[in-house]
Amino acid sequence: MALVTYRDALNQALREEMRRDGQVLLMGEEVGVYQGAYKVSRGLLDEFGPMRVVDTPITELGFAGVGVGAAMTGLRPVIEFMTWNFALLAIDQIVNSAAKMRYMSGGQVATPIVFRGPGGAALQLAAQHSQAFESWYAHIPGLKVVMPATPADAKGLLKSAIRDDDPVVFIEGEMLYNVKGEVPDGEHVVPIGQADVKRAGGDVTLVCHSKSVSVALKAAELLAADGIEAEVVDLRTIRPLDEEAVLASVAKTHRAVVVEEGWAFAGVGAQVVDIIQREIFDELDAPVLRVTGADVPMPYNKHLEKAAKADPPKVVAAVRKVLYLE
Amino acid sequence: MTTTKAEKKKQQPDAATAARWKDWLRQMLLIRRFEEKAGEAYSLGKIGGFCHLYIGQEAVAVGSIAALGPGDYIVASYREHGHALARGLSARVVMAELFGKADGCSGGKGGSMHIFDASKGFLGGHGIVGGHIPLATGMAFSAKYRDSHEVAVCYFGEAAVNNGAFHEALNMAALWKLPAVYICENNRYGMGTALERASAIYDISERACSYDMANEVVDGQDVLTVHQAMTRAVTRARDEKHPTLLEIRTYRFMGHSMSDPIHGHYRTREEVEEHRKRDPVVVWGDRLKAEGILDEEGIKALDADVISEVEDAYQFADKSPDPEPGMLFADVYAPTGDR
Repeated sequence: MALVTYRDALNQALREEMRRDGQVLLMGEEVGVYQGAYKVSRGLLDEFGPMRVVDTPITELGFAGVGVGAAMTGLRPVIEFMTWNFALLAIDQIVNSAAKMRYMSGGQVATPIVFRGPGGAALQLAAQHSQAFESWYAHIPGLKVVMPATPADAKGLLKSAIRDDDPVVFIEGEMLYNVKGEVPDGEHVVPIGQADVKRAGGDVTLVCHSKSVSVALKAAELLAADGIEAEVVDLRTIRPLDEEAVLASVAKTHRAVVVEEGWAFAGVGAQVVDIIQREIFDELDAPVLRVTGADVPMPYNKHLEKAAKADPPKVVAAVRKVLYLE
Repeated sequence: MTTTKAEKKKQQPDAATAARWKDWLRQMLLIRRFEEKAGEAYSLGKIGGFCHLYIGQEAVAVGSIAALGPGDYIVASYREHGHALARGLSARVVMAELFGKADGCSGGKGGSMHIFDASKGFLGGHGIVGGHIPLATGMAFSAKYRDSHEVAVCYFGEAAVNNGAFHEALNMAALWKLPAVYICENNRYGMGTALERASAIYDISERACSYDMANEVVDGQDVLTVHQAMTRAVTRARDEKHPTLLEIRTYRFMGHSMSDPIHGHYRTREEVEEHRKRDPVVVWGDRLKAEGILDEEGIKALDADVISEVEDAYQFADKSPDPEPGMLFADVYAPTGDR
């Protein structure tokens, strides 16, 4: 085990997969000469050269489509979006091209491609740069949506995503790149579609993913001080969702709070709540509550921004409600 | 005008060329009769959804695809029945796809707008205007990456050149020197909007100057002219790794789709009739007669031959079963990846 940043764990995954398979390439804005806007691709141009680490013009729609065309004809491209906010320009290629190709060709044409980059809010980047779009992509049959919260998961899941034969939307946490964590030495692969219990507990289940995992873990610490043991279930993959893991935990705790960065309306949490009420209604001792981003475009002012984000105190308050302590 | 025997012999194409030219007429006739039959089947409710006919533009697909090798890639818009037939997909599997049947080339799950045959490098009919142009750039990138000699060809209408996908895709192809040929089939109308009502410049080919890209304006009603221009573009792509934009000027004899009348509010009957005088099938038939390759009887025989091929395709499609209900959930994900 080595202590590695989330950023370097992603770098390791890219490097190892590019060494393993000559068809894997990285393409996007500033991935090569600049070494990556967030330095995830540091050193890759030197090792693999400009044909495999491809700097593009600022043209999200264009290079996302170039990636899909390359994937349709035998390559395994990793397309980096500087952030997922900019990928809105490319969503036609992700949804109408990548996600549909296998189905509308009657199974003839595969699109093994990874679209990756940071999502969610960072600090004071305001409305156009602080958005969580995972529920948009998770809505689409044909896509897989992966969101690691730790360096070990970041490495293991990116390796799985690159090896996957379907298009994978891989959303990294913009605030997580500097986070350090233990990453197993040698080959480390985490399968897509498996949630992970990040903290065990018997009183309430906190369902979360990506950056909201750290929010839930902090909330669990605060709750533990009051003798409340929260179980933190990190979804890791949004689609396909690990329903079994969520249900097993809630069947044990009988209470749940879903935490996410994104907006509430048709969010990931809405799907989680649907599964819980449909499958184990009788196990519930309280309605499932959600802690989400406020239903507003992200404000720039730091106090307003803080108020708009899901944070540990909001999670604690929701847990106290489902425990009928308030 | 009299010609000496020696002159006639000199002008006469050799046997292989004559056979090829005759085959082009056959292909154009096949597309024409296929599309007429598709229109009929649509009226009978055998074909649903959107259906965009290629009548009037046959020389573009036939002349250009004849310049390609078997390993080359083709991506097209949703007006792609003709390109599929010219690429050698059988009338049977294309008609069955239009009927949404299990024997269709996309298993009945694509329909008129999503015709695929990966084994022939025919990588789709695509339904979003301009959205498939970057895919062709990606295929050309892939060919270069793999150091292969394949060329990627993309067909789109003149309305597609006004959107960002066109610009982004052509810029990267020229920047990276990719083996691609972009074919703008300028049929004058994006649905009901005339070219000059949508584009600030009239000559689409000039847009290539923005990318320092080779370009040509081509008469799309003459299959040989199309073929010659395409041969130059394919050679440039394959041997020199330089992309080309071909603006092939043609005309849509039918409405935009089956729900659009032939002339509607946006063009006059007289205009359509004027363009019909240069019907590419007639133009090429006349040329073959002038060359002494076929006479009127020979053309009629070819026509009868393709009419029976289309009739056979219709019967095949009609009798083909619907996809199994279980196919609803097949091919959303890779078989091993769907967990």
